[in-house]
Amino acid sequence: MRIVIGQGSCGIAAGAEKVRKALLSAGVDEAAVSIAGCIGMCWLEPIVDIYDDENKLTRLVRVSENDAEAVASFVKSGDRTLVEKLIVTDEDSEFLTKQTRIALRNCGIINPEQLEAYTAAGGYTALKKCLTELTPEQVIEIIKTSGLAGRGGAGFPTWFKWNAARQSAGEEKYLICNADEGDPGAFMDRAVIESDPHNLIEGMLIGAYAIGAKHAVVYVRAEYPLAIKRLKKAIAQATEKGIIGENIFGTEFSCDFTIKAGAGAFVCGEETALIESLEGHRGMPRLKPPFPAQSGFWRKPSNINNVETFANVAWIINNGGEAFAAMGTEGSKGTKVFAVTGKVKRSGLVEIPMGKTLRDVIFDIGGGMKTDKPFKAVQMGGPSGGCIPADLIDTVIDYKALGATGAIMGSGGMVVMDESTCMVGMAKFFLDFTAKESCGKCIHCRIGTKRMLEMLERITKGEGKEGDIELLEELCYSIKDGALCGLGQTAPNPVLTTIKYFRDEYEAHIKEKKCPAGECSDLIEYRIIADKCRGCTLCARNCPVNAISGTVKNPHVIDTDKCIKCGKCYQSCKFGAIVKE
Amino acid sequence: MDKKTVDLSLLDGVLEEYASVKGSLITILQNTQDIYGYLPKEAIELISEKTGIATSEIMGVGTFYTQFRFEPVGKYLIMLCQGTACHVNSSELILQTVKDELHIEDGQTTEDGLFSLKCVACLGCCSLSPVMMINEDTYGSLTPEKTKKILKELREAAQ
Repeated sequence: MRIVIGQGSCGIAAGAEKVRKALLSAGVDEAAVSIAGCIGMCWLEPIVDIYDDENKLTRLVRVSENDAEAVASFVKSGDRTLVEKLIVTDEDSEFLTKQTRIALRNCGIINPEQLEAYTAAGGYTALKKCLTELTPEQVIEIIKTSGLAGRGGAGFPTWFKWNAARQSAGEEKYLICNADEGDPGAFMDRAVIESDPHNLIEGMLIGAYAIGAKHAVVYVRAEYPLAIKRLKKAIAQATEKGIIGENIFGTEFSCDFTIKAGAGAFVCGEETALIESLEGHRGMPRLKPPFPAQSGFWRKPSNINNVETFANVAWIINNGGEAFAAMGTEGSKGTKVFAVTGKVKRSGLVEIPMGKTLRDVIFDIGGGMKTDKPFKAVQMGGPSGGCIPADLIDTVIDYKALGATGAIMGSGGMVVMDESTCMVGMAKFFLDFTAKESCGKCIHCRIGTKRMLEMLERITKGEGKEGDIELLEELCYSIKDGALCGLGQTAPNPVLTTIKYFRDEYEAHIKEKKCPAGECSDLIEYRIIADKCRGCTLCARNCPVNAISGTVKNPHVIDTDKCIKCGKCYQSCKFGAIVKE
Repeated sequence: MDKKTVDLSLLDGVLEEYASVKGSLITILQNTQDIYGYLPKEAIELISEKTGIATSEIMGVGTFYTQFRFEPVGKYLIMLCQGTACHVNSSELILQTVKDELHIEDGQTTEDGLFSLKCVACLGCCSLSPVMMINEDTYGSLTPEKTKKILKELREAAQ
């Protein structure tokens, strides 16, 4: 009997640690209890997996401390009726069975804090194979066959970068992992590091061997303390076993490993800015060329890949480049992990082969919308990406096909929106982010994003003018042309795609001073429907400015002159008597 | 923490380990902030002296990254997520609730020194949105009511 409690950040935030303690107090044998990372069924956390002596799994979901006694009795007796209401439904289980997991293959299954758990799952065999049977050139060739491309968003062929760094002259080279997952709405990399840190280490060591680097560095967000903790632990374990350090597996290959915590700057996702930050400076991008492969960290040849890219490497070595390339489309091979969030029913991590459609991810796996409002758009690629509207839901997941919509594959953030999200507001949200995160080096990006933000603020306040849309578009193209790095070049994408697909919403804001989604507070009014109001007085008591009048058991009225449109009445009404228009 | 009593000896270990390691400025600043809760002026001057990096450059780096603070924070640091998923799930309403309850704006600390409020881009717990982190603990699926209750409990716990 084994009891495995999912303890990724999401699980812990949902109360997994409290559940673990409650289970122990309820008399569950501590030796039988272990932890795992994140299985990706984030909407069902906390999750407790119970394996019986024949290794048959019973998955319990949304377990609370109050369920501990029942779970403990089930563990003792095996009587499933005790925990019937907690057992995951067949429908929810399909969330996992419909996926193809390579980068996430061990996530939520093995204990991320034990090296033995990783080796029992076949871990470090790929590294051993590379070091003892393959030349670095052969490793690069396998990665070339696989068609693996950068999973951080740009989709640049991994083998090409590795080969360029390998060909660069110089004894001292660096292999760097970009784990500065700054895209708001994405958490794939966090999940991989928290749930399977040895897989990242193995992928990185194989990369280091391929390019000839003796130093591996992980640049990870400081906002991910659990990921840093587990990665540190994994590095210590691997070092102790001789998997990191001098003469790994008794071969000539040596490589050390360091972690650097980022300090919160989105621009550091750009590789030259990341290098500046690693060197202790402000994270401002460098001019390219020279590319990092020629002159990177400490001006030495360096190769930078994203966490998910490395997470695929060991699998590719073990299963062959052909097996990976057999999945996907002509131009995009293998699988891709998405963090599906927003107004979707099943929010979590989805890994599927390239070539599936957005509909497959959002509706088939994600279960569709969690509200009764219809699907409006999906945002992909965060501040660098764009919004894809409902009528393009059958777009294929492929670098080119997604790029053609104006959005990008991105690192994997997929934020699902319903009719209640204002698309002008969405563009403003991202511009607010990029304007704050612009490093300030290029005028187009620094001032251009600021001016665009000001215009969007004006439009959402009902102060938009004729010609604003055209001016926004003009600014977008100037910023794209004038910015040095990816942040600036892609910052206009959220604006361009929302204008492209939701121009009518911009026009409604500008011409009619209306927000069709009912989100922009300056453009809406709250009103009480007299027939529905029961006179409970709750709204009046919640109103911070005493704008609601009425007596008990009689319909109330909102004084629109006094109303500050905070929405508190709307939120508090239990009878649906308050509408916003 | 009282700004006037900055015990610089607490920095000895950090400086001994990193002062002569090139490229360690951010690490030093992170450790300094772990010790004091912010970056005191006196500490920056000492770091400059020990590393040979000009205070202007240290300030340049310190102000570039959102992680660093130059003022002490309250006992409870509220990091309110304003990521995309939280935005779509009405994080604005939670922000308003926190502001109304504590009478502070983003970046400020309550007069009693209990709470500081900081809006952050993304905490990476998107499936629990809207989310906030208070010190090391994460609170998810927030509603205005739930948020008020959490703040009330923390305030009572501190008394």
